[in-house]
Amino acid sequence: MSNITPLKTEVEQALIAQGAGIAPDRKAAFERFLESGLPHRRVEAYHYTDLRALLKSAPPPAKAGGKVSVISPLADIDADIITLVDGRYEASLSSTPPKGVSVKMATTLADDGSAQKSVLSSDPVIALNAAFSDSALDIAIDAKTELVKPLIIRLVTTAAHASYPRVRVTVGDHAKAFIVESHEGGVAGALIDSVLEVRMGDHVAFDHLRLNVTDRAATVLTSFGGAMGKESLYRGHNFVVGGALSRHQIFFRFEGEQSKAEISSASLLNKKQHADSTLVVDHAVPECQSREFFAHVLDDESIGVFQGKIIVRPGAQQTDGKMMSRAIVLEDGATMNNKPELEIFADDVACGHGATVGALDEDLLFYLRARGLPKAEAEALMLQAFVGEALESIEHDGIRDVLEALAEQWLKARSA
Amino acid sequence: MVAVKETVEQVKQLDVDQYKYGFTTDLEVDKAPKGLNEDIVRFISAKKGEPQWMLDWRLDAFRRWKTMDEPQWARVHYPKIDFNDSYYYAAPKKNAAPKTLDDVDPAILDTYKKLGIPLREQEILAGVQTSKVAVDAVFDSVSVVTTFKEELKKAGVIFCSISEAIKDHPDLVKKYLGSVVPVTDNYYATLNCAVFTDGSFVYIPEGTRCPMELSTYFRINEKNTGQFERTLIIAEKGSYVSYLEGCTAPQRDENQLHAAVVELVALDDAEIKYSTVQNWYPGDADGKGGIYNFVTKRGDCRGANSKISWTQVETGSAITWKYPSCILRGDNSRGEFYSIAVSNGYQQVDSGTKMIHLGKNTTSRIISKGISAGKSQNTYRGQVSAHRKATNARNFTNCDSLLIGETCGAHTVPYLESKNASAVFEHEATTSKISEDQLFYCRQRGLSAEEATALIVNGFVKDVLQQLPMEFAVEAQKLISISLEGSVG
Repeated sequence: MSNITPLKTEVEQALIAQGAGIAPDRKAAFERFLESGLPHRRVEAYHYTDLRALLKSAPPPAKAGGKVSVISPLADIDADIITLVDGRYEASLSSTPPKGVSVKMATTLADDGSAQKSVLSSDPVIALNAAFSDSALDIAIDAKTELVKPLIIRLVTTAAHASYPRVRVTVGDHAKAFIVESHEGGVAGALIDSVLEVRMGDHVAFDHLRLNVTDRAATVLTSFGGAMGKESLYRGHNFVVGGALSRHQIFFRFEGEQSKAEISSASLLNKKQHADSTLVVDHAVPECQSREFFAHVLDDESIGVFQGKIIVRPGAQQTDGKMMSRAIVLEDGATMNNKPELEIFADDVACGHGATVGALDEDLLFYLRARGLPKAEAEALMLQAFVGEALESIEHDGIRDVLEALAEQWLKARSA
Repeated sequence: MVAVKETVEQVKQLDVDQYKYGFTTDLEVDKAPKGLNEDIVRFISAKKGEPQWMLDWRLDAFRRWKTMDEPQWARVHYPKIDFNDSYYYAAPKKNAAPKTLDDVDPAILDTYKKLGIPLREQEILAGVQTSKVAVDAVFDSVSVVTTFKEELKKAGVIFCSISEAIKDHPDLVKKYLGSVVPVTDNYYATLNCAVFTDGSFVYIPEGTRCPMELSTYFRINEKNTGQFERTLIIAEKGSYVSYLEGCTAPQRDENQLHAAVVELVALDDAEIKYSTVQNWYPGDADGKGGIYNFVTKRGDCRGANSKISWTQVETGSAITWKYPSCILRGDNSRGEFYSIAVSNGYQQVDSGTKMIHLGKNTTSRIISKGISAGKSQNTYRGQVSAHRKATNARNFTNCDSLLIGETCGAHTVPYLESKNASAVFEHEATTSKISEDQLFYCRQRGLSAEEATALIVNGFVKDVLQQLPMEFAVEAQKLISISLEGSVG
C-alpha cells in the first residue's frame, strides 16, 4: 500500500549509479534529487507527467560534444549565435558576442546561494540538472545595452545520451534583449534536461522564446527561471512541436514593482507525444501585471498538459493577473489536462483565469466548407488562426514567420 | 475585494463568540473506551446489534485503513491527529429505543429546540413551518429520532437511520453500501467504513416523488468524540427526493474529528437534490478548537437521464476538506454543484467538487463562491474529467472569490481533464474587489458602508442561495451574516 516506500525504478537505479562519482560541489544537488527521486503522479506538480512511469531509460551523460548535423529552423535569421552541443559550449559554432555581451564558461555550479536558487531548487528535474551539469554558460548583458539582433542559443543533442545544459543570463538595468532558446536534434533514447536562469535588472525589456523542435523520439525537460526588477517588461514565448515526452517549466518572479510579464505558448502535438507546460508566476511585490496565454492542439493519441499558477504574495496589492488556457482536441484518443491555479494572499487584486477544452467549432467549420473549402483545409485554416493568437505577440517578424511556417508544416502533414 | 477599514476591523473583532450553537447538553452517555482498534470496531458493531456481514465489512475496512497514509495534498495545515485519543462511540443513555418523541430524553429535545429544529410533528403541523420536513436527528453517534415516518411509509419512502436499515433492509444496504464510495476510496472514508455509528438511509421507490423534504441534523455534543456518520440515498427509476443536512457542535478547546461518508445513487430518470448547511464549531478567535470536517460525498448518476445536485453553504469547521462529487455514468445525466464557502478567523477550507463524465451527452455545472476574511484560507479545488466514451460531455465552471482584509487567502485549483474530442469544458475564475463605483452608488443612496457591502456580498452569492430549498435559504442567509458579521448585514 501507499505507506510502503516504492522500490527504486530501473531508471532511478541507473541515475544513482551515474551519480556515484559526482564532484563534491554537486553532491548536495544530487542528494536533493535522491530525496525525492523521480517525481510521480502523487507529487502534485507532476500529477499529469509521471516521470517515474514515463521515463523509460536513463542514458549515460554525454562525454564530449558530438557532430552537429541538424539545421536550425532559425538558420536564416540574422542573429548572434551561441551553440551548446550536448550541453557544452561549442566555440566553432558560435559567433562573437555583440558589444555589451560577455559569454564565458563557468565551472562553479548554479547553486551559488543567489536569490534565484529559491525559484529553482525545489524541483527534482532542476536538481538533477544541477547534479549532472558539469559546465554552465554565463552570459552577461551589460546595463543600457540594446541588442539589435536576437541572440539564439542553440542546444543541440547529437546522440542517445543525456545532456544537462545550464545557462545563466544576467540582464543589466535599462538593457534590451531577445534571447531564443532553441532545442534541436536528439534521437530516440536521448534525454535533455536543461535549465536557463535569467536575472533581470530594472527598466529592462527582455524577450525570450523557447523553441522545441527536437526529434520526436527524444525526452526533453526544460526549465526556465526568471526574476525581474522594477518597471520592466518580460515577454516569453514557447513553441512546441518536438519531443516524445517533454516538459517545459517556467518559474517567473516579480521582484520589482510596476513590471509586466506576457507569456504565451503554442503546442502542436500528435501521435503519442506527451507535452507538459508548467508555469508559476510569482507576484512577490505590488503593482505588477501578468498575462498568460497557452494554446494546445492535440491530434491522434497525444497528451497535452497545462499547469499554470499565479501566486500573489501577502502585500502584493494592485496585482493584475490573467491566465488563459485553450485546447483543441482533434481526436478522441487525445487527452488534455488543464490545471490553472490561483493562490492569492492579498485583497486588492484583480486576478482571473480561464480554461477551455473542446473540438473545433462546428458552425465555423460549416461556414468555411459551405464556401467551398475541403474539410482538411478548413480545419487547417481554423487551427492556424488558433495557434496564431499565441504567436502574434512575438515582435520579431522573421522569427514569427518561421514559427508560423512550422505550424503550417505541421498542419499540412496532418491533412496529407 | 477591498473592504472599507471599519469592515476589516469589525470582522477582526468578530470571532466565534458569535457562534450561537456553542452550548453543551448535559446527558448521561454511553461511551466506548477511548482509542481505536479492532475491539472498538467490534464494540460498535455489537452495540448496534449488527449482523456478521456488517462486522466483517467493518473489520476489513479497518485493516485496510491501517495500511493507508493520511492525504497531504490539500491546502490545510493541522497537527497530526492522534486517532487513539478519541471516543468512537457515544450515545445518549437510554433504557429502550424510544417509540415516540415522549420517550426521548427531554434534554435532547431541548437541544434541538435551541437549534431551531422542530422535531415534534404536531409543532410542524401546527404551522411553525409552512411546508413539512421530515427530520432524522443524529446526536453524537446515534440517531435519536426520525419524524413523519408513517406518512413517508404510505408513499413507500424509507427514511430511517442507517442502523435500522442494516437490520430492516439488509438487501438494499448490502447492494448499495460502498458502491459509490468504495471501502478503500480514501483515508477518511475507509476509517468511516470501519467505525461509522449512524446516519440516514433513504430509499425512494420507482416513480415516487418524495412527499416532503427530508432532513438530518447532526449534532456533536460529547467531548473528545469523533462523529462518523454514513448516509445512503437511493432514488429508484423516475423518483425525486430533496434532502437537507445541517450540522452544529458545542465550543470546545480541542479539535474534534468529523469524517462522514455520503453516498447517493440515482437510477434512470431519478433526481436527487442534496443541500447542506454546515455550521460546525469553527474554533475560537485564536484558532483554538473547532471541528475537523473531513467528508467524502459522492453521487452516482447510474441511470440514464438522472440528475444529482449538490448545494452547500459552508460556514463552520476549523478545517473543511470536502468535495461533493458526481459520477455521470448514465447517458444524458446531469451533475450540479453550487457552493458558498465563508471562512473567517483561522478557518481553513479546501473544498470543491468532482464531475466525472463517463456517459454520452452528460452535462455538469459548477458555481462556487468563496468569501474569506480574518486569517482564513479558502481554497476551491475541483476536477472535471471526460472519459473516452463521454461523447458530447459539457461542463461549465465558475468560481469567484472575495477577500476581506489583507491577511486571508483565496485560492483556486481546478483540474480539467478531457479525453474526448467532442467534450467541451469551460472554466472561469476571478478574484476581485468590490467595485468602488458600486459602493459609492449604494452609499449615495443612504446606505452605510456596511449595508452597502452586505448588499453587494448578497448579490455575489445569490446564484447559489437561489438553489437552496426555501427552508434552508433563510437559515443560510442568516448564517452568512453571522459568519461575517460586521461586514454583512
